[in-house]
Amino acid sequence: MSTHKTSAPATARVSRANGEPVHNKAEREITMAQAVREALAEEMRRDPRVFIMGEDVAEAGTPFKVLLGLVDEFGTDRVIDTPISEPGFCAIGVGAAMTGMRPVIDIMFGDFLTLTMDQIANQAAKIRYMSGGKFKVPIVFRTTLGATRRSAAQHSQSLHAWPSHVPGLKVALPSTPYDAKGLLKTAIRDDNPVVYFEDKMNFQTKGLVPEGEILIPFGVADIKRSGTDITLVATSSMVYVALGAADKLKEIGISAEVIDPRTLFPLDKQTLIDSARKTSRAIIIDEGYERYGVTGELASVIADGAFYYLDAPVKRMGAMDVPIPFSPALEDLTVPTAETVFQAAKTLCGRS
Amino acid sequence: MAANKEASLSTSGLPGQAESPVDMEEWLHMYRQMFRIRSFEEQVNQLYTKAIMPGLAHLYIGEEAIAVGVCEALNKTDYITSTHRGHGHCLAKGASPDRMFAELLGKDAGYCRGKGGSMHIADQEGGNLGANAIVGAGAGIATGAAFSAKMRKSDQVAVSFFGEGALGQGLLYEVMNMASLWKLPILYVCENNLYNEYTPYKQTTAGEISARPAAFGIRVEEVDGQDVRTVHYTARRLIEYARAGHGPAFLLCNTYRYHGHHVGDINRTYYRSKEEELHWSTERDPLKMLATWLTEQGAADDSIINQIEKEAHAEIQAAVEFGIQAPYPDPKEVDEHVYA
Repeated sequence: MSTHKTSAPATARVSRANGEPVHNKAEREITMAQAVREALAEEMRRDPRVFIMGEDVAEAGTPFKVLLGLVDEFGTDRVIDTPISEPGFCAIGVGAAMTGMRPVIDIMFGDFLTLTMDQIANQAAKIRYMSGGKFKVPIVFRTTLGATRRSAAQHSQSLHAWPSHVPGLKVALPSTPYDAKGLLKTAIRDDNPVVYFEDKMNFQTKGLVPEGEILIPFGVADIKRSGTDITLVATSSMVYVALGAADKLKEIGISAEVIDPRTLFPLDKQTLIDSARKTSRAIIIDEGYERYGVTGELASVIADGAFYYLDAPVKRMGAMDVPIPFSPALEDLTVPTAETVFQAAKTLCGRS
Repeated sequence: MAANKEASLSTSGLPGQAESPVDMEEWLHMYRQMFRIRSFEEQVNQLYTKAIMPGLAHLYIGEEAIAVGVCEALNKTDYITSTHRGHGHCLAKGASPDRMFAELLGKDAGYCRGKGGSMHIADQEGGNLGANAIVGAGAGIATGAAFSAKMRKSDQVAVSFFGEGALGQGLLYEVMNMASLWKLPILYVCENNLYNEYTPYKQTTAGEISARPAAFGIRVEEVDGQDVRTVHYTARRLIEYARAGHGPAFLLCNTYRYHGHHVGDINRTYYRSKEEELHWSTERDPLKMLATWLTEQGAADDSIINQIEKEAHAEIQAAVEFGIQAPYPDPKEVDEHVYA
């Protein structure tokens, strides 16, 4: 049994139980990276105000090769390589967004958000409010999260709780190629700053994605699998961990429902609450640090909204509260896995 | 008033040097603008001492020639970013003092509906992208506005005003680097008022200030920030240079902050002497310097200067009254404007 968090199948054959309207367009199996690239290309073709800026985004297509080929179509005027100056190019993005452009700023590793927090949290997030609604800041900060890539403590964190804490920001974190495309297109069209997280480990994950226009509204959770006995709320690649756990639970007769909120703000509280009321048990699985994190917030939503329906306390499973270690023997211990979620769910259902 | 022209000043010989002389009427207008700022700030100080104004404010008195000399060289559609010491920039760029007072007092009629206050005042229609309470942050936003202007081929220029305290912020160097690489139409205006809050700038700033932008290949000029004529001529040249696509420029203005870091900074002798303050306010005052010059040129006399001051004073008095009388925002506005 692998304890690796990405032990889920490489192809994300995830149902969209409550999901989006059925598209007539042809669906093809593409990777998350291709889905992201496709969303950017479509939006850049549609709107000349959209541009990409960041480190090694042009010819290199980023170290993850997600943007490969965009510069060939849009040129270096719209796919812009910057110096290694995260605060600087984020600030330029904010100023450009205030004056009529729609930047998509590439922050290579989510850990580098720490360098840009003034631009994101003090500037982008607050400018609309501070100006009494005069300015808008339509900007997307595209960045990454996720451990188990053997990249150690400064290239592995999942810091999506940070922007989620700040009023004025929206936060999206897709788990599937379909969601990646639909949420990114929505993010680019949103008139507010959006921080958009992709798990580095998911870039090669495949899934069915329609060609052309798909827009996924923010604040609409997706039920990735329906179930009746326990609710597993999971974000980003933790959705695969939860689905892996759900498979195991099924083998012992426990039916798990897997819900992906897809956006942390706005948050679809009702879908979480409804599911917990139905199943009476819930686990929140997220790759951010467990303490003061996303798991705490989502657990409180369920505790508030489903209190009288619960048969067990809401359980939280986040990343271990340690800096991410380098050694694979240690790193794999720090994040939830299908096995640890399975064990926790079994216990919560009284099946030890 | 005679429309006699002043002979143009010598130029540096670099691109963007074209220089038409400035009408005496325009210098008189600049005197009025500087006086409006001073009068505005004196009212702000009174609002603080009378406990009418919530919070604090950072007064621009002593530095008026910089905001006026630079903004008079801009078009309405050009952008500025400002600082915590931002009332002067805001007025000089064309904002109305009544709505400014309303903002400083947290009133509904304020430029930001009372949500920004002194340190975040912005005037979108006038091209003021906002004061900023994070030192140096405005330089980033202005560089982004210049980037946007270049992408949109709009012919706009952005000006970032900041104090010498911002020289301690890494962001400034990151964005100057990119502005130079990409030849962005931006003018960085450094107002060196000699003190980073309560600390003499020599204690915080190594080397020569002008060498810093020069290291990025940015055109630099250093001027007497108390002399509005020099500031204006130099700013015109540099703004023209930036607008013509030659890239960014940096204008270092040597100036002085007559009051404390903020209105509550009354006892200042532990960081600077009263003699020094007196020297600047009597010998180096931008309003006195311009009035003297205008008088020497025969373009003004005491009665003309007094008339300008009287009118400006009356305008500011009416504006502060407007601000005081204006209603507070409706409580329901507290969670409006968080998202577009």
